[in-house]
Amino acid sequence: MKVTQGCFSFLPDLSDDQIAQQIEYCLKQEWSIGIEYTDDAHPRNTYWEMWGNPMFDLKDAAGVMMEIRECRKANPDQYIRLNAFDSTRGWETVRTSFIVTRPKNEPKLDMTRQDVRSRTMNYQMSSRR
Amino acid sequence: MAEALTPATINLKEAFKSSGVAEILETLDRELIGLAPVKQRIRETAALLLVERKRKDLGLAHDTPTLHMSFTGNPGTGKTTVANRMAGLLHSLGYVRKGHLVSVTRDDLVGQYIGHTAPKTKEILKKAMGGVLFIDEAYYLYKPDNERDYGQEAIEILLQVMENQRDDLVVILAGYSDRMAKFYESNPGFRSRVAHHIDFPDYSDAELLHIAEMMLDQQNYTFSPAARQAMENYISLRRTQPHFANARSIRNALDRSRLRHANRLLEADGDVTTDMLSTIEAPDIRASRVFAAIGK
Repeated sequence: MKVTQGCFSFLPDLSDDQIAQQIEYCLKQEWSIGIEYTDDAHPRNTYWEMWGNPMFDLKDAAGVMMEIRECRKANPDQYIRLNAFDSTRGWETVRTSFIVTRPKNEPKLDMTRQDVRSRTMNYQMSSRR
Repeated sequence: MAEALTPATINLKEAFKSSGVAEILETLDRELIGLAPVKQRIRETAALLLVERKRKDLGLAHDTPTLHMSFTGNPGTGKTTVANRMAGLLHSLGYVRKGHLVSVTRDDLVGQYIGHTAPKTKEILKKAMGGVLFIDEAYYLYKPDNERDYGQEAIEILLQVMENQRDDLVVILAGYSDRMAKFYESNPGFRSRVAHHIDFPDYSDAELLHIAEMMLDQQNYTFSPAARQAMENYISLRRTQPHFANARSIRNALDRSRLRHANRLLEADGDVTTDMLSTIEAPDIRASRVFAAIGK
């Protein structure tokens, strides 16, 4: 199942050129950029692995693209996303986050129902390959 | 479509002006004193790059030229200043996208323990992308007497990026001529990847005096005629002493003479005029230890 999350999740996957343009926009806003990867794209999994340190004070997207390429090489077949953090007072939060790479075979999201007390139903989602 | 395909004529002079290159070369001429061979080389390089650009526009075979450079020369001969202008020049010609200059030395690239160097070097490279990376005293990267020195690791990463991402950044290596020559000998990889070697000559006494006057002028100071004479003597004396760093020595000397000038005004009685506040007198310069050394 195609996992979607973050910005542009309603669009087809971005090409590298389009990713670079998005990064250019982020850098122009003076946001700092972090790259993260994971093999578990469950919607509730907010803890992805960091790829290196977040990047501050970059002027050009080429540096970020270099890191993305290296992350792809080191973690083939995993999800990679890009976060752009805005340190402006009052915001101090991730302003943009989108998936830049996804594995060829995406895990399935399984849903299990569980009968509990009286007629209550519990639902559980789990991602499995 | 047909219009785009027919080779048009291009007015090179016009392109030269409109690209902003002419303007940058003019300010270079105006604001940098002396350095005739350097300016000549920059002009030639600019011409080459402009022609390459136009060839590309017309669809002729072109190769992204190797733009990495090496600036060699004694301290204080204006290498950093020219590197800054170079970044602007390359930007207006469209060879670097952002045109900023990142100036680093060995400490910024090389780490202190194992595994520290690569991330450090990469971080600097990433910051410099889209602009110019200026590595001052580049020969410190390579320490032949210590084969476990982490400088080697930084060199390898640098070389790799210089080769693979030529469109993304331009590297300028700078340092004293003789030590840079040795550095290139022991790192042939650098020599083959650096296309432009520009040598910065020392300034003559007259040029240094001119520089001194310009520096003062920028800060709204002037020499009195006697002070100008004193400065002339100072320059020729200072040159014979150790640690002479061309324009940098002059700037330091001027800073110290401004200090003495301020103290002299404070100690004197009575009101001061604008004239007094902005005129450096001979005693302000004559008090330098450079003259004292001669007296002994």
